[in-house]
Amino acid sequence: MDIFQIVILGLVVTILIVIIRQQRPEYALQLSIMTGVIILTMMLGKINSIMTVMKQLSTRANINLLYMETVLKIIGIAYIAEFGAQICRDAGEGAVAGKIEFAAKVIVMVLAIPIVIAVFDTLLKILP
Amino acid sequence: MDVDLIFQLAGISIVITVIYTVLKQAGRDEYAFSTLLLGIVIVLAMVIPKISELFDNIKSVFRLH
Repeated sequence: MDIFQIVILGLVVTILIVIIRQQRPEYALQLSIMTGVIILTMMLGKINSIMTVMKQLSTRANINLLYMETVLKIIGIAYIAEFGAQICRDAGEGAVAGKIEFAAKVIVMVLAIPIVIAVFDTLLKILP
Repeated sequence: MDVDLIFQLAGISIVITVIYTVLKQAGRDEYAFSTLLLGIVIVLAMVIPKISELFDNIKSVFRLH
C-alpha cells in the first residue's frame, strides 16, 4: 500500500534532515523541499481521479460547470500556498509564510468574485 | 527514481559537510565557503526542475492556467 511507503520515506528523510540540520541548515531546507515535492507528485495522480469524479457528480447534479471550475482552482491555490508557507515556516521565516498565505487569500477572493456577484444577482431577483 | 533524488541530495550534503570541515581544518576558509556555495547551486539545479514539474502538474490537475 502506498501509505506505508510514503510514511517510511518521510521518516527516513526526517532522520536525515535532523542530522544535516545541525551542520548545514541550508541543505536540510533543500532536502525537505525536495521530499515535499516528491510526495505531492506521487499523490497528484490520485487527486486527478478525485477531481474527475467530482466533475461528473456535479454535471449530474446540474450545477453550472463554471462554479465547479472555480472551486477546483481555489482548492489548487490553497494546496500550493500551504506548501510554500509551510516550507518557509520550517526555515524560520514566519513573516514570508504569512505573506504567502495573505497573497493566496487575496487571489482566492478575486477568483470568488464572479460567484459572489451571481449569488447577489439571484438574491436581488428574488426580492421584490 | 524520484525517491533516489532525495538520497542523492542527502549524500551530496554530507559530502559537502565533510569537505567543508576538511578545508577549514587545513586553514583554507575561502575555499571552504565557496565549496558550500557551489553545493547549494548544485542542489538548487536538482530541486528547481522538480518544483517546476510539480507546479506544471498541479496547473493541469486543477485547471489553473
